[in-house]
Amino acid sequence: MEEQDKILHEVTSKEYEFGFSSDFDMDTIPKGLNEDVIRVISAKKEEPEFMLNFRLEAFRKWQKMTMPDWAYLKIPPIDFQEIIYYAAPKKKPQYESLDEIDPDLLETFNKLGIPLEEQKILSGVAVDAVIDSVSVKTTFKETLAEKGIIFCSFSEAVKEHPDLIQKYLGMSVPVTDNFFAALNSAVFSDGSFCYIPKGVKCPMELSTYFRINASGTGQFERTLIIADDDSQVSYLEGCTAPMRDENQLHAAVVEIIALDRANVKYSTVQNWYPGDKNGKGGVYNFVTKRGICRGESSKISWTQVETGSAVTWKYPSCILMGDNSVGEFNSVALTNNYQQADTGTKMIHIGKNTKSTIISKGISAGKSDNAYRGLVKVMPGASNARNFSQCDSLLLGSNCGAHTFPYIEVANKSSIIEHEATTSKIGEDQIFYCNQRGISTEDAIGMIVNGYAKEVLNKLPMEFAVEAQKLLQISLEGSVG
Amino acid sequence: MTQTRINKKAVSEKYSELYKEKRSLLDEGSSPLLNRMRDVSMKRFEQVGVPGFKNEDYKYTNLERVFGKEYRHVLAYETVDVDLNEVFQCDVPQLDTYTVLLINGWYYARNLQLEGLPEGVVAGSLKQISNEQPELLENYLNRQAALSNDPLVALNTAFAKDGFFLYVPEGVKLEKPIQVINLTRGQEATFSTQRNLIITGAKTEAKVIFCDHTLSSIDCLGNNVTEVFVGDGAVVDVYTIQNQNNKSNSVNSSFFKVGEKSNLLSGVACLHGGLIRNNLVVSLDGEHSEAGVFGMSFTDKRQHVDNFTNILHNKANCLSNQLYKNVLDEDSVGAFTGRIHVARDAQKTNAFQRNNNVLLTDTAKMNTKPQLIIDADDVKCSHGATVGQIDLDALFYMRARGINENDARMMLMNAFAHEVVQEIRVEALRDRIDELVEKRLKGELAKCHSCDIN
Repeated sequence: MEEQDKILHEVTSKEYEFGFSSDFDMDTIPKGLNEDVIRVISAKKEEPEFMLNFRLEAFRKWQKMTMPDWAYLKIPPIDFQEIIYYAAPKKKPQYESLDEIDPDLLETFNKLGIPLEEQKILSGVAVDAVIDSVSVKTTFKETLAEKGIIFCSFSEAVKEHPDLIQKYLGMSVPVTDNFFAALNSAVFSDGSFCYIPKGVKCPMELSTYFRINASGTGQFERTLIIADDDSQVSYLEGCTAPMRDENQLHAAVVEIIALDRANVKYSTVQNWYPGDKNGKGGVYNFVTKRGICRGESSKISWTQVETGSAVTWKYPSCILMGDNSVGEFNSVALTNNYQQADTGTKMIHIGKNTKSTIISKGISAGKSDNAYRGLVKVMPGASNARNFSQCDSLLLGSNCGAHTFPYIEVANKSSIIEHEATTSKIGEDQIFYCNQRGISTEDAIGMIVNGYAKEVLNKLPMEFAVEAQKLLQISLEGSVG
Repeated sequence: MTQTRINKKAVSEKYSELYKEKRSLLDEGSSPLLNRMRDVSMKRFEQVGVPGFKNEDYKYTNLERVFGKEYRHVLAYETVDVDLNEVFQCDVPQLDTYTVLLINGWYYARNLQLEGLPEGVVAGSLKQISNEQPELLENYLNRQAALSNDPLVALNTAFAKDGFFLYVPEGVKLEKPIQVINLTRGQEATFSTQRNLIITGAKTEAKVIFCDHTLSSIDCLGNNVTEVFVGDGAVVDVYTIQNQNNKSNSVNSSFFKVGEKSNLLSGVACLHGGLIRNNLVVSLDGEHSEAGVFGMSFTDKRQHVDNFTNILHNKANCLSNQLYKNVLDEDSVGAFTGRIHVARDAQKTNAFQRNNNVLLTDTAKMNTKPQLIIDADDVKCSHGATVGQIDLDALFYMRARGINENDARMMLMNAFAHEVVQEIRVEALRDRIDELVEKRLKGELAKCHSCDIN
């Protein structure tokens, strides 16, 4: 034990060189991955046996898998043994009020523009703030509890609602789904859990702020949202990461299960550190997000604004199992400098009269590559399935790339599937028009890009829409001229 | 899982063994130009093997099954016991063409002399011409195919001995189209390897029509490669009409290298066939060129048609236009993969692509994969893909005017296909294909009747 503590101490006392990072105590384990590490993670989190088995099964499957190479991405080889798979704030006393929270931590939040106090009072948004995987503070829990809504950290849910976890975990993203989902299933540290009971309409937007914090620590989030019959929820996820000069790995899994007539809206603003102008550093973002419309007339809608990460590999999907179920995907993906994104969605039509809509707006600038990849699959039994997909790409500058790879597989004659994609650039006449009216070129491009992305931004909840607009503008800085 | 892997290996090894066994026969009588490419190509084939589902480019077409069957390989010319010139008469009315016949991938020895070809034009057997006038081919043969990663193209290069060759010197305009009729005939399952090469010089005009037919109802597999070089300022049309039996399988890879200010039209009509896979690569290697790439297919029973296109915009100021339409009936499966790749600095590119499909039954399946890879900013590119049925509003409109449902459907389908047919620049051929399409849609035997001899 002493030996281990020593290693722990060495690892945790590392100083950060770049960006701002909170230096509160971290509880980490040695880097590398094997069954013992998984047992340690599970033991540290005091998990019941079924969780340990779930992890071990995933790990054994993962060992047999190889990293996928079909994406239009250039990724240097990742050494999965060089990563620390568990990091949590070491001291975890119970807080009654914000005053008791580590001032360093509060400071970090403030730098990120997430004043917990203000949000608590003003916006009515319950924030489950996650720092390196373990929930530190959950607000508004009581308000939600009154309605019977469970909104807590994943590890808490494992302890308090093991029946729900056991029933639904891995339902929409099975452990064997893909390389990164299997990795996440084996080592996930924490995340959010949300259960909306029958007939309940969630009175507020639920949101979680993720933040990568410990050096060399991959973050493996796991989110599970269950919407029972006739319920409704809107969930917001926002990401920011501090400056860091080495690539960090992020492999999250989000699962949504919508039962009869449930309606789930999941919005994301992703702004992990994209690396510097020369393509140095930045987060590797490999995310598996999937919702399953199990019940009839259920609806899952994904909205995402992706501006960060050096590499994005992300395909929020909907499995439309219930009859009359609806899937939506709205995305704005912006890449600048040396960023690479391969993102899109999958819509699997299984039930009758299922409908899906895909709106994807890609913006590439600098020397970046931005790819849309999507699958629309209609099974033989999915009569009257309907899909509309639109993928537009906007190119800013002659050194970037915009790519589209849609897959359409239809095995039903009564379905109607439409897909269209266009690629264009901002017209010189548009810029000239703005210049003439005293708007600088940079502002003009910002305006035009925001207009171009408006169709998607409008789908975001109010607070996010404002943030996202600013984000697009900031991300494009320096891409003109 | 492991079983398919073993199979895959066995399938590919079968061809390696055949190659080793027939090595000297392959060289026999062939030009050194062809022979010197064999070993390298075979190695390239062996590296990948026969593509299976796991190969992204062959995701929707299972070739392992087809290549795994036992075939008789036609590695030397076989004399034919009947006069094909009499047996086969293309019945396209008013279609006045220079006609050549190929049998199982080989140039038919008793082809009638091509009369009236302009001076300098060389048309005939690849085998013969590569032996007699190698200087014509030297700078062209395998120049495009060698760049391909496709293992089946490499397999063709390793085994190819004959095919059709055409050379049109600078400034020459062919007034009549050249019709190349590829016949498959035999008593047992046949594997043929055909290699075609078409070279057109600057400012030329040429139209070539390939007609694929089977004369016997046997299992057959053709692995064919066609390389076309379109000179600067040339106008070249290449049409392929596939009308084969239900047991036939063919993989056709065509490469087009297009020079400056030239115009290329490629049209493929799959009217009938068992399994058809068409690979088409167009490299726009000169500025201000245009390429029109069109295709359609009508499938029923358990037929399978897979069209794969890759348009490479390597130079600025080019235009490409792709339109593929498929009508799928019964248990047939269709696939389309269309790629537009705009290279860096290929500015002012206009590239368009459309794929429309109609499914007539719940057991038919359509997979489509349109792709855009764009590395230049001043471009206009778009693609669209639809899968659906015929427009019910239009159907209602016609029925309201006293047209019965069957006729109305037929008219709408005809109109659906006509959009592709109308692109054909040979009038007689256009009318004929319209007619064949109509027959096909009515369920009548849509083969040219001269193919009905068996």
